[in-house]
Amino acid sequence: MKIEAKDPVVEFHDLTVSYDRKPVLWNIDMTLPQGALIGIIGPNGAGKSTLIKSAMGLLPLGSGYVKMFDKPLDKVRHKVSYVPQRETVDWDFPTSVLDVVLMGRYAKLGLLTRPRKADKEMAMNCLRKVGMETYIDRQISQLSGGQQQRVFLARALAQEADLYFMDEPFAGVDAATEAAILAIMQEMTAKGKTVIVVHHDLQSAAEFFDWIVLLNMRLVASGPIDKVFNNEMLQETYGGKLTVLAEIGELVRKRQIPSREKY
Amino acid sequence: METFKEFFSFSDPSIVAVVVGAVLLTASSAVVGTFTFLKKKALVGDAVAHSVLPGICLAFILSGTKNPVWMIIGAFITGWLSLVIIDHITTKSKIKEDTAIALILSVFFGIGILMLTNIQHSGNAAQTGLDSFLFGKAAALVGKDLIVFGAVAVILIVTVALFFKELKLIAFDSNYAKAMGIPVKWLDLLLTSLTVLAVVTGIQAVGVVLMAAMLITPAAAARFWTNDVFKMTLIAAIMGGISGLSGAYVSYVAPAMPTGPWIVMIISVIAIVSFFIAPKRGIFSRSLQQRKLQRLIMDENLLKELYHLGEKDRDPYKGRTVAEIIEERFFPKKPLKAALRRLKRQGFLKEKTGEWSYTEVGKQKGQRVVKLHRLWELYLSKYMKIAPDHVHEDAETIEHIITPELEETLERMLEYPEFDPHEEKIPY
Repeated sequence: MKIEAKDPVVEFHDLTVSYDRKPVLWNIDMTLPQGALIGIIGPNGAGKSTLIKSAMGLLPLGSGYVKMFDKPLDKVRHKVSYVPQRETVDWDFPTSVLDVVLMGRYAKLGLLTRPRKADKEMAMNCLRKVGMETYIDRQISQLSGGQQQRVFLARALAQEADLYFMDEPFAGVDAATEAAILAIMQEMTAKGKTVIVVHHDLQSAAEFFDWIVLLNMRLVASGPIDKVFNNEMLQETYGGKLTVLAEIGELVRKRQIPSREKY
Repeated sequence: METFKEFFSFSDPSIVAVVVGAVLLTASSAVVGTFTFLKKKALVGDAVAHSVLPGICLAFILSGTKNPVWMIIGAFITGWLSLVIIDHITTKSKIKEDTAIALILSVFFGIGILMLTNIQHSGNAAQTGLDSFLFGKAAALVGKDLIVFGAVAVILIVTVALFFKELKLIAFDSNYAKAMGIPVKWLDLLLTSLTVLAVVTGIQAVGVVLMAAMLITPAAAARFWTNDVFKMTLIAAIMGGISGLSGAYVSYVAPAMPTGPWIVMIISVIAIVSFFIAPKRGIFSRSLQQRKLQRLIMDENLLKELYHLGEKDRDPYKGRTVAEIIEERFFPKKPLKAALRRLKRQGFLKEKTGEWSYTEVGKQKGQRVVKLHRLWELYLSKYMKIAPDHVHEDAETIEHIITPELEETLERMLEYPEFDPHEEKIPY
């Protein structure tokens, strides 16, 4: 079941993505609305992270395209921000909380310029928003999981984007952090910004999001929460793996067939 | 001693030249190496270092001279080539990166040694000294060599300084950088080129065999001293420079001695010393921290047992002998006496003719530990549904780490309870 957004911020057109030739996402085709808090939901291995990584241009696309603000990503990168999964970086890296948040300003600064006073102030404001202003000089390895997530969120906020892709921002955080992050997201969407979140917990998904994307290697449903978040759709997403799809994928990998023919 | 004074007075201009050269080369490779280290590409540095040898030999065969410019170009080409091949093998085959590195390193180095032996037997008079590229010879850093290698070293340092912010970002979180539109591919290429160039310049002083150590060891040592990339780079450069200086000195004292092993030994000693004595991250500091904690636990346990004794005969301030305390709970005698003396010095205990008793604050401190212990026992049995006879061991550790804030939360959550799960009174 697919409901198209009225004036979409993001458009996935017939997207197919493969890892080592093995397709993990098949023909994703959908549009997502502006100013919504959007949850991407599905079981383990459904390709949720893959979807937003390929949207951010971090993975090669097998076929199809992604448009944001009706343009290819490279034209609008300054309006888009990405929050990677917390575990993807080495938290023992020799740097401080403020330094990490300042990284959000690097794209605006461009090469060869150093962060100015205004950037530091901006970073401080973002840290204040996530409740981490007393931790600015802390070495990042001393942070708890929830605090690390807040720092990543602050870094994304410092980019002053209009569209945010976040990979599992609620994974492994404490209840206070969860509430704080959710409040910030709601404040952002109230200002017309769009927040797209990879999420794995069905229970909280029902409370968090206005728009739901159900994913399991292919798009199961996309639409406002009251229309698509029902038993039937969830059954289709979680119940009974699509073994044929997985098997075909495995075959494609073994035979090293390109996912789209050249001619 | 005479030569030491002679050398370090820097009165001889040729000494100054060699020193400046050696320090520049080692410092610049340490600066570049910091980022190789942070990107966890230490082995790649080793591969490049060994792979430049065939390039140097090839440059000599083709040009017939030991012109440093040709050498650098040759070394740069084969150094780069090795990386391209490693990358290709890793992405296009099932062979993993470490295997690919080992393969390429040995193949390139083998070819290099083959060529070098060939040149040495060719009877070409210009070849003398070419073998110093194997283990380095800082004293050979004179004239044109010094200018060319020195210039490259300066270029390396300046480039890292210019792109410092970006290099830091891609070392920390390259996916985020890519998503932001930072030219990550280009910067990776830049860092690889810098690594190859650092190796190429360093080989005159250190030699290809040990060059990888000059890239990585200063950074690894510097990491112990700071939690900031900029300071780390600076410290690595200084440490590298010191080892370079010592290499120049050895080269001056014993011209027949290869300098590379000396330089690497000095930087290794610096690294090992850092490993032990660095504040916070060093071994000594960590064990000191552990000992402090152990003492704190000992002190708190002792004060707690005194409180238990006081509970029994309803006289908290009564004096107790060492034997009495040991009867209540076994402590080894020596640490017990040390703890008693320590607590007296700190004003928590008083002593009179072998009997130890609380001061006012001492009693408060002992009472708090007892309270925390019992609060935690209650919390475990009430909220975590753990049987009352299983909660004591846990509480023994937790009582030492509960902060005043947590203490308050526990009190509130449990509504200032009167008794713990063993029906013992919780003191307030």
